[in-house]
Amino acid sequence: MDETLDTTLNVNGTQVTRRIPARMNLVDFLRDELDLTGSHVGCEHGVCGACTVRVDGEIVRGCLMLAVQANGCKVETIEGLSDSGELKKLQKAFHDKNALQCGFCTPGMLLAAQDLLKHNPKPDREQIRAHLSGNYCRCTGYQAIVDAIEEVANGKG
Amino acid sequence: MKAASFAYAKPRALAEALELLARPGAKVLAGGQSLIPSLNMRLSAPELLVDITGLEELKGIRLDKDTVRIGALTTHAEVERSEVVKKHLPLLAEAVPHIAHPAIRNRGTMGGSLALADPAAEYPACVLALDATLVATGKKGERRIKAADFFTGLFETALKEGELLTAIEIKAQKQGEKSAFLELARRHGDYAIVGLAAFAANGTKRLAYFGAADRAVLAPNAAKAKDLESAKAALEKDLQPPADLYHASQTKLHLAKVLLERAWTRL
Repeated sequence: MDETLDTTLNVNGTQVTRRIPARMNLVDFLRDELDLTGSHVGCEHGVCGACTVRVDGEIVRGCLMLAVQANGCKVETIEGLSDSGELKKLQKAFHDKNALQCGFCTPGMLLAAQDLLKHNPKPDREQIRAHLSGNYCRCTGYQAIVDAIEEVANGKG
Repeated sequence: MKAASFAYAKPRALAEALELLARPGAKVLAGGQSLIPSLNMRLSAPELLVDITGLEELKGIRLDKDTVRIGALTTHAEVERSEVVKKHLPLLAEAVPHIAHPAIRNRGTMGGSLALADPAAEYPACVLALDATLVATGKKGERRIKAADFFTGLFETALKEGELLTAIEIKAQKQGEKSAFLELARRHGDYAIVGLAAFAANGTKRLAYFGAADRAVLAPNAAKAKDLESAKAALEKDLQPPADLYHASQTKLHLAKVLLERAWTRL
């Protein structure tokens, strides 16, 4: 029998409480319990970055954190950050530069890119590549993604 | 894949954590950046996860006279941003950006990485090169273990059953002492093909390699050599790297020499 625990967290500004199994990952919790399916599940071992979400202001792998560990935390997902307008410039630049094809990696890319710009508003291309090194894209070859982020960093987004 | 089921406890005090860890099938959960993948892939199936991330006394970095004390739960990101580390432990500051990726550095902890003792990880080589002391706490109290005695084999350490790694103590780098950290990986953030953490003080060197054996290892013969060419030759006595999926033993040894050459002028 799974041990279940009451878990209360703030997701995109809304307080939620659920009784969940200890083994449930944060990203599965967001997708299956809250229907926030913008965070994607790719490799499930921390390599691909598709499940990137923000916990207490810092990006983390949603597949490498248990949902019960987010008890008392503030979690932000692509849905919340889109609605708040925080990602607006990046989203427009991704669109303008064709920085996505299938879109599977895009939510994680946007969160990683925004995290970079938060810590370093004027990154060069190498720094952009280094910061995105944990987010895989299998369609674009990264060039357009780096272009889009550079555009926002240069104030053109 | 999804993890098999387990029980979960989050102690608020160290003593409580040590009690919980004494239970059969209990395992420590720190940052979880290596443990949770292994749970997801069902390579590990603990009965109880003891989440120690609520233990405030295991967090933070402070300079205490000539020693930097880093709490085991300090995340890679905190080490990376620490002014104390930048100023007093430049080797560590140089190493951290090589560890995985930003989202992983936000959760992964220094103590977790050392206690796991992955042979291709950065921190074990750093603590060897810096001759650090690792503080283990058990029910009977604290025990100090020299880094050179800590790594005992592949994912094996000197930590005893029920003991928790609680802190890392490292002498602050003094004027005139030098260090260099170099790593070769196919992509930024991947596990190292081979890497070198090097430290030099008063004419003596400590060269610690990772990704070159079943654990992080010192290269004492190369460290004693007077010039680069003899150091590279001596490295063949120090290292017999096991091949991995992509690199033959000879390739790794060659690359270990390349790193030695790159580090040499900085030491």
